[in-house]
Amino acid sequence: MFIETERIGPNLIVQIDGELDLETSPLFREKIETKLNQYELIKHLILDLQKVNFIDSSGLGAILGRFRRLSQEGGRVSAVNVSPQVKRIFELSGLLKIIKIYSDRQQALKS
Amino acid sequence: MVDNYLKFEFPSLPQNVGIARTMTAAFAAQLEFNLAEIEEIRVAVSEAVSNCVIHGYPGKVGIVQLELAVIKDSLVITIRDFGKGIADINQAKQATFSTDPERMGLGLVFMESFMDQLKIISKPDEGTTVIMKKHPERGFANVGISRNC
Repeated sequence: MFIETERIGPNLIVQIDGELDLETSPLFREKIETKLNQYELIKHLILDLQKVNFIDSSGLGAILGRFRRLSQEGGRVSAVNVSPQVKRIFELSGLLKIIKIYSDRQQALKS
Repeated sequence: MVDNYLKFEFPSLPQNVGIARTMTAAFAAQLEFNLAEIEEIRVAVSEAVSNCVIHGYPGKVGIVQLELAVIKDSLVITIRDFGKGIADINQAKQATFSTDPERMGLGLVFMESFMDQLKIISKPDEGTTVIMKKHPERGFANVGISRNC
């Protein structure tokens, strides 16, 4: 799995390439935590899932963990470019109640 | 009667979760599953093997067995560990039953939702066996499918 991050003002965009599961979720967590600690004023985490072809409950848990941190600090989490398979997992898990999905980065940045 | 089968054994390492679901998807391709069903099978196997790693052998590495079989045009997946076991399976099935803030406790919910049948046999300190069955939707009347064994 590859992770790239980009900061645009209070937004942290995270592009994930690969599968988000038990093996890869620790790296996902570590990379984002490092960036959140580095840039203290991040209020909006935007996950670009265009290249994520698999996610299970371990991956969802890692996303939930970041939501918990950001929401405590008055922030939020969004997801963009979500495939139908990943969206279905989001729906079943109830994660869509706390994380908004946008069609692309621009929509998420405007929100 | 078993039409075809594969058996694997591997250590309960996180990197084997992806290998297990990939092998299962390749095996399942011999049946007429559509892509959405293959995706569901991948998630179910990922959850079952992840449970072996996290809950079966917490803090250590043990043996996980994966058996794949085609029986009467259905895929039967058996995942077995010889670890800690589950004291109360009904409690484990609750979506909120997870003490780790990084986990959602949804593994069993996904397995139950995505497979036609799910059976869990477990004894504390002896291990857990998960048996899951799925029949391709195509050409198969969607009636009378039991969600529980």
